[in-house]
Amino acid sequence: MNTSAFEPWNDPEAKPLIHFQNVTKRYGEFTAIDNLTIDIYEREFYALLGPSGCGKTTLMRMLAGFETPTEGTIHLAGQDIAPVPPNKRAVNMMFQSYALFPHLSVWENIAFGLKREKMPKHDIGDRVEEMLRLTRLEKFARRKPHQISGGQRQRVALARSLAKHPKLLLLDEPLGALDKKLRQETQFELMDIQEKTGTTFVIVTHDQEEAMTVASRVAVMDHGKIIQVATPDRIYETPNSVYVADFIGDVNLIEGTAKPNGSDVYAMSWHEGHAPLAVQSPNGFSDGQKCHLAIRPEKVSISADKPETADNAVQGKILDIAYLGNISTYHVELPTGAVIKAQAANTRRIARRAFTWEDTVWLSWTATAGVLLAE
Amino acid sequence: MNRMSWFNAVSLTLGFAFLYIPMVILVIFSFNESKLVTVWAGFSTKWYGELLQNDAFLNAAWVTLKVAVFSSTLATVLGTIAAYVLVRGGRFMGRTLFSGMIYAPLVMPEVITGLSLLLLFIGIGLDRGVFTIVLAHTTFSMCYVSVVVSSRLVTFDRSLEEAALDLGCSASEAFRLVTLPIIAPAVISGWLLAFTLSLDDLVIASFTSGPSATTLPIKIFSAVRLGVSPEINALSTIMISIVTVGVITASLVTKHQVAKQKREEMEAVRS
Ligand SMILES: Nc1ncnc2c1ncn2[C@@H]1O[C@H](COP(=O)(O)OP(=O)(O)OP(=O)(O)O)[C@@H](O)[C@H]1O
Ligand SMILES: [Mg+2]
Repeated sequence: MNTSAFEPWNDPEAKPLIHFQNVTKRYGEFTAIDNLTIDIYEREFYALLGPSGCGKTTLMRMLAGFETPTEGTIHLAGQDIAPVPPNKRAVNMMFQSYALFPHLSVWENIAFGLKREKMPKHDIGDRVEEMLRLTRLEKFARRKPHQISGGQRQRVALARSLAKHPKLLLLDEPLGALDKKLRQETQFELMDIQEKTGTTFVIVTHDQEEAMTVASRVAVMDHGKIIQVATPDRIYETPNSVYVADFIGDVNLIEGTAKPNGSDVYAMSWHEGHAPLAVQSPNGFSDGQKCHLAIRPEKVSISADKPETADNAVQGKILDIAYLGNISTYHVELPTGAVIKAQAANTRRIARRAFTWEDTVWLSWTATAGVLLAE
Repeated sequence: MNRMSWFNAVSLTLGFAFLYIPMVILVIFSFNESKLVTVWAGFSTKWYGELLQNDAFLNAAWVTLKVAVFSSTLATVLGTIAAYVLVRGGRFMGRTLFSGMIYAPLVMPEVITGLSLLLLFIGIGLDRGVFTIVLAHTTFSMCYVSVVVSSRLVTFDRSLEEAALDLGCSASEAFRLVTLPIIAPAVISGWLLAFTLSLDDLVIASFTSGPSATTLPIKIFSAVRLGVSPEINALSTIMISIVTVGVITASLVTKHQVAKQKREEMEAVRS
């Protein structure tokens, strides 16, 4: 990364655009958002990731003004937004349920917000046409929402929220109903829009690949709490907990006890009769502390013979092979009963694959390949 | 198409006979030459002519129409607002009580409603006439409107209003531009319901009308007490035809609109 990289969160001088201070939202007894403190900076592409019902939509609804925090404050550009009604916030939201106006055509739906701004008529026309082009909806401009497909509706909702060029755009699963190709194109369009207009995006997605592609930072949530906020690569490479490691991508988790073995280096004993595993990890552990080694399948190599230089090597038997086209995932059962996944690129035709079911193989990885996690 | 079984055919005939024979008899006898309602003495339209000379009947008809239009419009406005507040107003003190209270007049015997309104009008010294009937009709038909409209509002997707707010509408703009157009069919049926209720109300109108204004149902009722005259048959026939024409027009208009919408959809798809 170059030095002028966009990372205002590392700049102590930078003022966040959005600041949640100890925000809690309760519905009756149920706590949907639990004492949340986050900062989102201008021009960020902030992705919220988390299991269903963890409070992502609730968080957005508080920003848009449809819910008020039970406790805590939300600041937008330095101002407490509690007293500002939704129609006075420079925030637009794309609803998870789309919320298209059924009595208006696609064109009128997109123009709706612009008309409220008292924009001149032909400017409205231009803007709507631009949005229609962007979302490939030109052909459907005159149709009503019930006359178009689910994916088209989603694009109308996206176009409608983009049309006003808000300072802050909240997208609640904006691309879920699109096919992969259209989704990727739209992702790039969104990034392009952001580049051009400097809009700040907060986006909810269930698609990790999407979060990885578009996000400046990813926030992983669970039960109304933020578990980790970091750049996509850091979330992936150095998750701070077993939960995050498990939630983002595929991971092997090996339980054991840590034994410090020099600075940042540990020997993790994991099973009697097996050599301890060498791990280098920034997280500090005391002697004998319980820990988990999290290691991504693509960082585990698979070979027929024992590699000579590897930091860690274990032997096992291939239980299953998942063929994914470009790569294959090998499920290897260790003598301890644990199953470790290893990924390898399919550089040869499937018929010429080096390993097959029931083969005995060696798995190996370096000391820096995984991270050691407490819980 | 399947042929109808004889059982279905018979039930259908009986059902319709039950509904329509009284009216058919009434229509036939309105063209009776004789003054005696039950004896047929040849075809004539003279009772229609006489009806047109009868100012009392015409006046009553005019009053009825005025009352129906004003009271149903007023009831629709108030009933819609009430429904909106009760469904959307969020939690406020005594909300359950209020929503219970708005339905109470539906089950209240009309005599009691009429009597209490009469006492009220006398109490505040309001002269009974068109105005008091309009007020009385508004009072009871408003409940019907609010029932119809609130049952629509309950199923109304709240996020549509939120989207309108999000796009810069004030609360009243959101109601006018989004909520109202979508619930319009319910509001219109509420209006029609209130209109019909007002047209055929006898009990409440007789409590709240005065010497200056009588509605048609009151007029007919009091005339019938002196004996059914063929004039009344003629009047009723006219009312039946107006209603029939109204119903047919309404269904034609709806059909036309559906066709138009279909056509637009087709065009939209093609373009
Ligand atoms: N109005 C409400 N009343 C009571 N509970 C609510 C309300 N709205 C949301 N909740 C609860 O709050 C929790 C968080 O809801 P939210 O809609 O934010 O989830 P989410 O993270 O967006 O989930 P998904 O990914 O499925 O959209 C859920 O458990 C939900 O049941
Ligand atoms: Mg949600």
